[in-house]
Amino acid sequence: MDALKQELKENIIEQLNLEDMSPEDIANDDMLFGDGLGLDSIDALELIVMLDKSYGIKLTDPKEGRAIFESIDTMAAYITEHRTK
Amino acid sequence: MNTDFYIKSYCRIKDNTVSLNDSVLFNDASKSFIDFIKSAYKNQNTKYPKFFKMDNLSKLAFLAADVLLKNENLKLENDNNIAIVFSNRASSLDTDRKHQESIQNKESYYPSPAVFVYTLPNICIGEISIKYKLYSENSFFIFDNFNASHLLTYSNSLLSSNKAHEVLCGWVEFDGENNYEAFLYLVSKTGTIKHTEQNIITLYNT
Repeated sequence: MDALKQELKENIIEQLNLEDMSPEDIANDDMLFGDGLGLDSIDALELIVMLDKSYGIKLTDPKEGRAIFESIDTMAAYITEHRTK
Repeated sequence: MNTDFYIKSYCRIKDNTVSLNDSVLFNDASKSFIDFIKSAYKNQNTKYPKFFKMDNLSKLAFLAADVLLKNENLKLENDNNIAIVFSNRASSLDTDRKHQESIQNKESYYPSPAVFVYTLPNICIGEISIKYKLYSENSFFIFDNFNASHLLTYSNSLLSSNKAHEVLCGWVEFDGENNYEAFLYLVSKTGTIKHTEQNIITLYNT
């Protein structure tokens, strides 16, 4: 699980162009949206694409994303349970 | 129509050089556009993280506009009625190509929302408007070549009809790593360079 969390942090930084940010700057329970990393709605769509492309998870209901993308912890837990690749 | 307006300031980004009123602010000929524009952004101490999420056209337009508007010392809490009138030849073609590549292969069909949102040239105007809290008139025109006559007429019309107090206008083109250019200028009721077609052309070609 720790390896997956590290991988997620690296992917998020790269995919979302979070310049000047390193994986060490993101705590596992940091809020990804709002007051945490300050991601926006386009970032949310990029995360949905990332889930599909990297882990074979298709989110059919975007509302699901709110809970899944709350933090690195919640993303890692969801991916571990639902990944197909 | 009143045509008594002036070019208050102008900025050019071309050949890995950023200049304001023909004074060079930053130059680094050794870098690719991506690295050059990132270095230029840091050199200008802009501190706007969303810059890194923009496409190449928006980065180019945003930085040129930022150089000009920073020079104006605008108070963002005021209503700064600065219209934006941009133009180019390639529209958003650089980003259109990237989006097209991402949907080329049906076996690996992962279009990026962050790329797709930039498949219109006027998005760069939105980025500038957000940063400077501008709720003003704006337009983006596509021409075969730099069209000083149109920019002159359109910006004079905005100013003389009081649709805007000033106009940020010009040419911002990105069509590949080696084919980019921004030439933006601020038209105002005060200044030293008369806003005429000949002066626009002269500054553009300098």
